[in-house]
Amino acid sequence: MELIRLEDIHKTYYLGELDVPVLKGISLTIDRGEMVALMGASGSGKTTLMNILGCLDHPTRGRYWLDGQEVSRLSADERAYVRNSKIGFVFQNFNLLPRTSALENVIMPLSYTPTGISNREARARGAELLNLVGLGDRMDHEPSQLSGGQQQRVAIARALVNHPPLLFADEPTGNLDSRTSEEILRMFQQLNRDEGLTIILVTHDAGVAQHARRTIHIRDGVILDGAATSHPPGEPAACGPLEAMS
Amino acid sequence: MSVLRAHFHSRTFRTALHALRRNAMRSALTTLGIVIGIAAVIAMMEIGTGSSRAIQKSIASMGADNVIVMPGAAASGGVTFGGGSAMTLTPDDAEAILRDCPAVRAVAPIVRARTQVVYGNRNWVPLFVFGTTPSFLDVRDWQNLAEGEPFTDQDVRSANKVCLLGQTLVRELFQGASPVGQEVRVKNVSFRVIGVLSPKGANMMGMDQDDVIIAPWTTIKRRVAGSTLQNVNQSAAAAQDQVNTLSRIYPGSSPLYPVPSAVQAADTPLPVRFVNVDQILVAARTPAEVPIAIRQVTQLLHERHRIRPDEPDDFNIRDMTEMTRAMSSTTNLMTNLLLCVALISLVVGGVGIMNIMLVSVTERTREIGLRMAVGARGRDILRQFLVEAVVLCLLGGTIGILLGRGGSLLVRTVMRWPTELSPGAIIAAVAVSVSVGLIFGYYPAWKASRLDPIDALRYE
Repeated sequence: MELIRLEDIHKTYYLGELDVPVLKGISLTIDRGEMVALMGASGSGKTTLMNILGCLDHPTRGRYWLDGQEVSRLSADERAYVRNSKIGFVFQNFNLLPRTSALENVIMPLSYTPTGISNREARARGAELLNLVGLGDRMDHEPSQLSGGQQQRVAIARALVNHPPLLFADEPTGNLDSRTSEEILRMFQQLNRDEGLTIILVTHDAGVAQHARRTIHIRDGVILDGAATSHPPGEPAACGPLEAMS
Repeated sequence: MSVLRAHFHSRTFRTALHALRRNAMRSALTTLGIVIGIAAVIAMMEIGTGSSRAIQKSIASMGADNVIVMPGAAASGGVTFGGGSAMTLTPDDAEAILRDCPAVRAVAPIVRARTQVVYGNRNWVPLFVFGTTPSFLDVRDWQNLAEGEPFTDQDVRSANKVCLLGQTLVRELFQGASPVGQEVRVKNVSFRVIGVLSPKGANMMGMDQDDVIIAPWTTIKRRVAGSTLQNVNQSAAAAQDQVNTLSRIYPGSSPLYPVPSAVQAADTPLPVRFVNVDQILVAARTPAEVPIAIRQVTQLLHERHRIRPDEPDDFNIRDMTEMTRAMSSTTNLMTNLLLCVALISLVVGGVGIMNIMLVSVTERTREIGLRMAVGARGRDILRQFLVEAVVLCLLGGTIGILLGRGGSLLVRTVMRWPTELSPGAIIAAVAVSVSVGLIFGYYPAWKASRLDPIDALRYE
């Protein structure tokens, strides 16, 4: 089943008189439960695409369905709600709040969940997730007391706290040594396999990308390969709402 | 839903507290401006309230809470004799005023005379010869005698010949020697001096208030002042046929008429003499209650004197309007001055808060970006920084209130200044610190809320 569907996405930045087209008509679909690597050199439009996929930015042109919802025309506040409920982010530099315990870091996004849950529930959920990433004994540690790998695991737990169907990892291993990188990537694979989480790894490192089952290459604002869902033979292609309409 | 909202708000509040704790030293220094401002406000308000209360008290001792009831003007054939010439006020009126008017603290009937006081080979005509009751001292706030004792109600009842002298009179007649126990003659009546009044200086009109002799009103009425309008010259007055127990100046002179026997006296009762007083001095409970006291006294005297609504009053009531006005303007001036100082210091404190909040927003750009990435809307960020600023100011305000109270207590114990707890100032301080937080926190918070999450996340 489709989780993400992009239709002819364009993104142009207007720098004064100059128009800088960064994305030039990107169409792709990603199914629920996939683990995809998004690869490209710097300047290829990879980051811009990720920002649009992550609902941090809106496209200049084109349409984007996330989980059956058209999100390309949403207002900033509506996109914030989509980010809060449907997307988890893991960053290269972890982005944990300093001088704040691991547990508090994990439950931070719940402050912005409109439905709101009690503090006790939030803490229980945070503790459960920290256990899941193997940091059950480090809940009260502050980021400065944790190693890089541990910090990234806290960040993963934070990304999962609202049970989103989609997880973005932007160069998740960029600041880690190779052994820890391997651990983190294995954790992604495990989450993908066991929890059915859709994961998009944004990277320029082929070694990282090969942990994914599918790789999308992007260069100069267009997708080189991997745009379509790699359906096993015999299974009919997914029928998105757009196709139904057109 | 309200439970969820409560969770939401308590979480926002705790997030703010946490953010402030993460930078405890800087938060403390930032809020120092507010602490000092509020502490200064509280301390100054308490000292100011204390001093203004003390000033009010001293102005009140000048007679700001006094109301003078004068009899009305007598008139004969179209000729009036001026204010106070009618004889309509009685000592009973004075007692009734004290009994029936709740806004009245004390009452003193006054009988005036203008005559000579003689001691030894010296004489002096004091400005005021007052016949009154002991409560006169209470009304005029003059209880502390320089020397001796005041006369008593018993002295008034039995018309004892005792008196209190003012400082000027003591200086003129006794030249600094203690007059207590000595006898002075007032219109040939011998008064024993039992006390000396403390110095009071000139009144608002520039009249020397120490140039006074005070005696029981019964004594002055019956033995000194035949009527209110008297000749100043004692010898001339003595030449008139006055009721005076000591008027037998020349020994051996026999009465012109034979003394009536007891039976004759019983058969021909003297008509009851109407006793009037020249004025009644009324003290209201506080200067603010003067208008109420005037209303109550007016109503009471209307009833007692049986004055119909269409008839003119047979009395006049005067208060110290000028004095009260001076007093209230003094107090207002003081309060406004303090308010200005307070405002300036709080604005300075607020600018400090804004400054640091701006630094904090810049410094925490990445955090803001992250919070936005995980779903914070602009208004969530705005609220978070606003709450932070308000919490900071509230903490500062609370510490400031405690410091200010401590400061005023110190001033009270060490320098012995009068201070007074001012609940209004505390409420105002809390309100002001919240508003300072809101006003000066708004711009940085607004700036934070307008950040683009993409740029903010990449900010180094």
